Amino acid sequence: MKFNVNHPVLYVIVGVIIACVLAQSVYFLVRAMKRAKQLGIKSETIKKTISSSAVFTIAPAIAVLVGVVALSKSLGVALPWLRLSVIGSITYETVAAGNALEAAELSAGTTITDPSIFVTIAWVMTIGIAAGLVFVPFVTKKIQTGLSKIGMKDKKWGEIFNNAMFLGMISAFLGYVFCDVGSVFKGDTSGLIPVCVMLTSAIVMAVCGGLATKFKIRFLTDYALPLSLVLGMASAIPYTALLGGK
Amino acid sequence: MKKQPSYMDSVHRDGRIWGIFMGIILLLFPLAISIIFKTSPNYEVLLKGIFATAPMYWAVGIVEIFTYVPMLGAGGTYLSFITGNISNLKLPCAIDAMERANVKASSEEGEVISTISIAVSSIVTTIIIIIGVICIVPLTPILESPVLEPAFDMILPALFGGLAVVFISKNLKLSIAPVILMLVLFIFVPALNAGTVGIMVPVGVLFTVGVARILYKKGML
Repeated sequence: MKFNVNHPVLYVIVGVIIACVLAQSVYFLVRAMKRAKQLGIKSETIKKTISSSAVFTIAPAIAVLVGVVALSKSLGVALPWLRLSVIGSITYETVAAGNALEAAELSAGTTITDPSIFVTIAWVMTIGIAAGLVFVPFVTKKIQTGLSKIGMKDKKWGEIFNNAMFLGMISAFLGYVFCDVGSVFKGDTSGLIPVCVMLTSAIVMAVCGGLATKFKIRFLTDYALPLSLVLGMASAIPYTALLGGK
Repeated sequence: MKKQPSYMDSVHRDGRIWGIFMGIILLLFPLAISIIFKTSPNYEVLLKGIFATAPMYWAVGIVEIFTYVPMLGAGGTYLSFITGNISNLKLPCAIDAMERANVKASSEEGEVISTISIAVSSIVTTIIIIIGVICIVPLTPILESPVLEPAFDMILPALFGGLAVVFISKNLKLSIAPVILMLVLFIFVPALNAGTVGIMVPVGVLFTVGVARILYKKGML
């Protein structure tokens, strides 16, 4: 069989793997919904969780799709489709594919014609990110058990501990937003773009929260995060025009 | 009579089975290509590529497990570590869902809501990518348009701006120290950027938990 990066057989194999990923998600979804009913969680809450999670996911998922398109030039569509649907993240896959292409002495835009190089890149991308695959099945229960002990010993501290973890993660990403601010002193204002986008998104969120409480608009409470995300992303377009981008 | 396993026990059991199954299936992809196209990897390139990629991403990956598992819950973890895009999609989605449903991550209600939200997010992402792959020819000029490029580049600031408002307003006292620390570090340490933010997440988490413990012991929270 003559190889090319978009050979139909590649799509068939990837399609089968993606079907398994979907099956796993559906399985856990059904189980969790059944358990939610047993726990007495209102069906309205479950429906709202489903709809707002789905709406929230659209914009980031399209951004993932941009990654598939970017990688498809050298790797075809099937491999990036698999890598970005399973475990992958845009930042990792681009780096991993770049490293593998570099090791093969190929430039990022070159379409691969050699099946041996293609299979090598597939291995590098799969093995490079497999830490979660290898360890998660074996350590998750231990971590969870340890944590539930903290929660059982002191309930209030358990809650504060959880909030502290979320805040720790959020503060790291807030710091990241400011990472290029220093370039302003060298006359390059593009470092301010992420800061302005973050502030826009924060203002949208605060306004949504305020309006939702004052006028009791349930819709705004449920979709405040996706709204702030999309408006924040959209605001990047005028900010980039104004402050200068790449 | 055999004791019925609890919901949490069964989540762990099923999560492990699915995790191991998916791990094997993923490794079958490159193996299948080798067999079908009668080829083998170029071992020199393979080693170079793995040495350039694996050490950093395995280190980050292991730290991520300990950082994200407590936040994602069991079901959320087993799903997220298969479907990926945790910090830029699955975790914010789950945090927002738990916040709106008014449930704590450490409770079983939180576990269930987090799992539902991450499962839905995974399904929607997978379907959007499938649609995108089918329509890749007409979609490529739109997705690659220079006008939209800044919007896709700025997804993380747009995401965490909104999320920060919710969490900081509810935990003002606890937020001050970690936010200041991270701002100072990211502004003044040039090595900290988009590529290294993943390493700073556990640093932020450990620091905030430490600060929280001190404030809690002093009765300030």
